[in-house]
Amino acid sequence: MEIPYTYKARPDTGLYNAKVGIWLFLASEIMLFGALFSAYILLRVTAPAGFWPDLALAWPRGLLNIPIGTFNTAVLITSSVTVVLAWASLKMNNFARFRVYMVMTVVCALAFLGIKSFEYNDKFSHYVVRLKDGKSLTGHIEVDGRHPRFWNFDDQWSVAKLTEKKIEKIKVEVDPPRDINGHVKKHEGHGSDAHPAQEVAVSDIESMGSYTPATHPFFAVYFLITALHGLHVLVGALVLAYFAFPGAKMWKSNPEQFINRIEVGGLFWHFVDLVWIFLFPVVYLL
Amino acid sequence: MSHSSAHSPAEHAVDDHDHDVAAHVRTYLIIFGALLLGTVLTVAMYYVDFSSMALTVAVALFIATIKAFLVAGYFMHLLSEKKLVFGVLILAAIFFISLMGLTLWGSGDLPRNSDFKTLYVP
Repeated sequence: MEIPYTYKARPDTGLYNAKVGIWLFLASEIMLFGALFSAYILLRVTAPAGFWPDLALAWPRGLLNIPIGTFNTAVLITSSVTVVLAWASLKMNNFARFRVYMVMTVVCALAFLGIKSFEYNDKFSHYVVRLKDGKSLTGHIEVDGRHPRFWNFDDQWSVAKLTEKKIEKIKVEVDPPRDINGHVKKHEGHGSDAHPAQEVAVSDIESMGSYTPATHPFFAVYFLITALHGLHVLVGALVLAYFAFPGAKMWKSNPEQFINRIEVGGLFWHFVDLVWIFLFPVVYLL
Repeated sequence: MSHSSAHSPAEHAVDDHDHDVAAHVRTYLIIFGALLLGTVLTVAMYYVDFSSMALTVAVALFIATIKAFLVAGYFMHLLSEKKLVFGVLILAAIFFISLMGLTLWGSGDLPRNSDFKTLYVP
């Protein structure tokens, strides 16, 4: 049986069926991400003061790498324009150009994911160290001369584990001080001088935790939403790569349906970009 | 638009809107530039001290909403879309606004500014 209305518009809706389908799906995706954004709001407005060491802030700001986040935003916006240009190229009957734009889109998607995993990795070796004298430090740590790595969960450190392994000192590359908005105050030095290494005796530490969900709800909600978004980027990239190569056979057999597939795939891809447009200011800047 | 069987399959894809599409490409590139500008603006706003968190959030979300409008309106062709799609989206919008409204309303009932040590034991 042939599937109806794959390229002809259904008379009552005026749309081909796949377009109705993708918009229903995107509406449900709005609610999925909406629920997570509402969780973010609740966690943030109810976070108790003093939860984050800097200046007794309830909610940490400016902890993510803004230049990298901005660059990644530009990468995703670029992929959004290339996917719509790929669709327009097919409309203008230029298959070669379609494929170039589609490959560019997939390359952007992979670049986005690569950059994001670099950021993730960085957070696993970045610690909050609360000292027994009431002060606290943040910075990347070195234990036994190396940074903890994210692919090794044995490499996550606590006071109990350091004591158990009979490690007496750790090195903290102390972050520069921040003001109330999370902006780094004037640099005292540059390069490695901006993060002076400080030896800290384990016996002086009250508690410590990496920039991961167990340490603060900010990281819980950051990792949850960005990872779900990243999963969407990955799935989108797979679908678009399929259309660019094995799935492109349909251009010969049924070009109208193929163009519609590209449009529907593109609609999903633009939605992924839309989520990031809100996600970027919310987790990086606010 | 009628096609004879002598046409190559690809030619079937070319419809009456072929010339419109060429004009659209220009629009897409303009929107692309506007989105990049919006991104630069969003980041620039971070370094401006509005001395009010509510205002900072409002400005950031305002810029994000304009960017979202450009993506949805032009890249997703929402400005020239059929009624049914709007029906679906209006329903989603009602639920989304209700969800956010209830979240903000309910957040007033939750405890806050308590000593973190009573809640957080590492």
